[in-house]
Amino acid sequence: MSAAEALLRVEDLKVEFPTEDGLVHAVDGITYQVQAGKTLGIVGESGSGKTVSSLTTLGLTRRQGARISGRILFGGRDLVTLPEDELRAVRGNEIAMIFQDPLSALHPLYKVGKQLVEAVLAHRDVSKAKARARAIELLGLVGIPDPAKRVDAYPHEFSGGMRQRAMIAMALANEPKLLIADEPTTALDVTVQAQILALMERLQRELGMAILIITHDLGVVAEMADDIAVMYAGRIVETGSADSIFAKPQHPYTWGLLRSIPRLDSPRDEELVPILGTPPSLINPPTGCHFHPRCPYAQPDHARIDPQLVPVADEPSHFVACLLETEVRRRLWAELGAGGTPEAALAEAGLAHGETPARPAEGQPPLPGAGR
Amino acid sequence: MTAYVIRRLIWGLALLIIVCALTFILFRVLPTGNPAVLRAGRDPQPKLIKEIERVLGLDKSLPVQFWDYLKNVFLHFNFGYSYYSQESVVSLIKERLPATASLTIGAAVVWMIGGLSVGVISALKQRTFLDRASMGSALVLISAPEFWLGLIVLFLFASDIGKFKIFPGAGSYVGLTYDPWKWFTSMIMPWCVLAASSAAIFARLMRGGLIEAMGEDYIRTARAKGLRERRVIRQGVRSSINPIVTLLALEIGVLLGGAVLIEYVFNIPGIGRLAYQSIVQSDFEVIQGTVLLASFFIILANIAADIGYAYLDPRVRYS
Repeated sequence: MSAAEALLRVEDLKVEFPTEDGLVHAVDGITYQVQAGKTLGIVGESGSGKTVSSLTTLGLTRRQGARISGRILFGGRDLVTLPEDELRAVRGNEIAMIFQDPLSALHPLYKVGKQLVEAVLAHRDVSKAKARARAIELLGLVGIPDPAKRVDAYPHEFSGGMRQRAMIAMALANEPKLLIADEPTTALDVTVQAQILALMERLQRELGMAILIITHDLGVVAEMADDIAVMYAGRIVETGSADSIFAKPQHPYTWGLLRSIPRLDSPRDEELVPILGTPPSLINPPTGCHFHPRCPYAQPDHARIDPQLVPVADEPSHFVACLLETEVRRRLWAELGAGGTPEAALAEAGLAHGETPARPAEGQPPLPGAGR
Repeated sequence: MTAYVIRRLIWGLALLIIVCALTFILFRVLPTGNPAVLRAGRDPQPKLIKEIERVLGLDKSLPVQFWDYLKNVFLHFNFGYSYYSQESVVSLIKERLPATASLTIGAAVVWMIGGLSVGVISALKQRTFLDRASMGSALVLISAPEFWLGLIVLFLFASDIGKFKIFPGAGSYVGLTYDPWKWFTSMIMPWCVLAASSAAIFARLMRGGLIEAMGEDYIRTARAKGLRERRVIRQGVRSSINPIVTLLALEIGVLLGGAVLIEYVFNIPGIGRLAYQSIVQSDFEVIQGTVLLASFFIILANIAADIGYAYLDPRVRYS
């Protein structure tokens, strides 16, 4: 995992938006990389900064008045400082992006084919007829039946899954090296979700492109990702290979995410465990560890000390930003993994019940189930 | 779609007859000048008034008068004759149509181009001085009555009475075929004044629509595709145009109404002036003719706008 061979390398990226209420620290110093042909999954709740970081990669937060620092290295260039017209040549060409809701992401008044043709013509100097032929080819590639006819349909004449296929076709128009997929399946039916994920995997194999998939859904990253970065409040709190994160998750937030997804192999009457509280304000983030107000295992000094992303013992490519000791974390997860409650895990690990997260954040209504 | 258009056209025709009936009743039943009295001179004998009424056909009952009128209009394309000049209403209108057509079509062009470009620029330069200045002047233009604006413009820019003698003043209208350049210069001020309030509304709506459109997801997609900013903006303009098309049809009516005042202020021999004179003189047949003509164009514009809307937005389907 050396920096030299990474396709995309993001270093200490910070994105801040000045607003009337104050400076929003949307992305607060994140570092990650995507290897050529591999998939990185960025996981986190809404508002954790995952979408902003990917939009910034394409320079799409610039015109919103974002203050951007750090580096985004791609093909020997720094996309943070690249002039707008050179960046435009990268967008949709070397790096393409698909979005959450394909209905609103496609222009309602243009035919699907025209939107594909536009994508081709933005970067290729070919005739309109050639671009149209390419559009039909692309629609066929993403599995839209009868593409020669469907190319003249409007987005509203497509089903949700077909729209997302059309979006993917558009993203592939210029055979990008990197595809950024921002919640690509969130707006779709479950059966369609699986089809879209399978399609993306097939296309990745066939075209050899890297994928950066952004989602709140651990199921999606389990399916797709080689590596995972877990984001919380604008920071990466844990990163590593998908195998290591699912086998030995290190951060209490990751535990929370894992415990809040339903599993078919657990007893049917077992309750899902939500993460208590709400995501923190990005204008005044909590001091110390950003997760401490919601962390059942937080100790008093965690509100003061800012944890750094450090390698996990015995796992050089697995990093975590947590102030708990490795041994304590191992015992906590062992207890949680066996179906124990945070309280039991705390007792097992011999920790004091520090900051209790059961109280909702100030000024916010309690979440359903938070009063248990 | 065809069935829809045919249905709309039939309704349009019905509407025309209703408009016809309303103007007919309004001017005959409401206390307005009796044309027979107006024509009979000072201290007329009741006998003379009766005689004139008989000549003009005003002695018949209202339904009979109306029925005769409709028959003439729809069967013989005969809109009657002016009580004053005895000229046929059709020829009066024909004679004055070029001036009014020049005025309204030209104003519509100024209105659309002006409104569109000011709105787009304002939206793209949102919250700058340029934006605030143009939206501020738009507000003034929306609020200013046209005849007042016309007088102010004449006072400022007319070559005869103006402070800055730039454009030919009132009464300088010549036909397009007679002298195109003179025609053009004489129409500049009337066009701008007539277009002013519509253009201002158009600009404000365009600005709002475009600002909203530029925040849509598909604009982000367009940028993510690597389209040039000009093409991205075009996509935004394309989707903000649609709601304004409906307004277009409504504004045609405002434009025709405004033309009456503008033709009066700038002394343009058009249908608006004709309508004004005929109202002053209780020249019923001419009033009827001009009102019918205006209604015809407004109804037509509305049907055209609805059909255009279906064409502009593929999601709209009429059945």
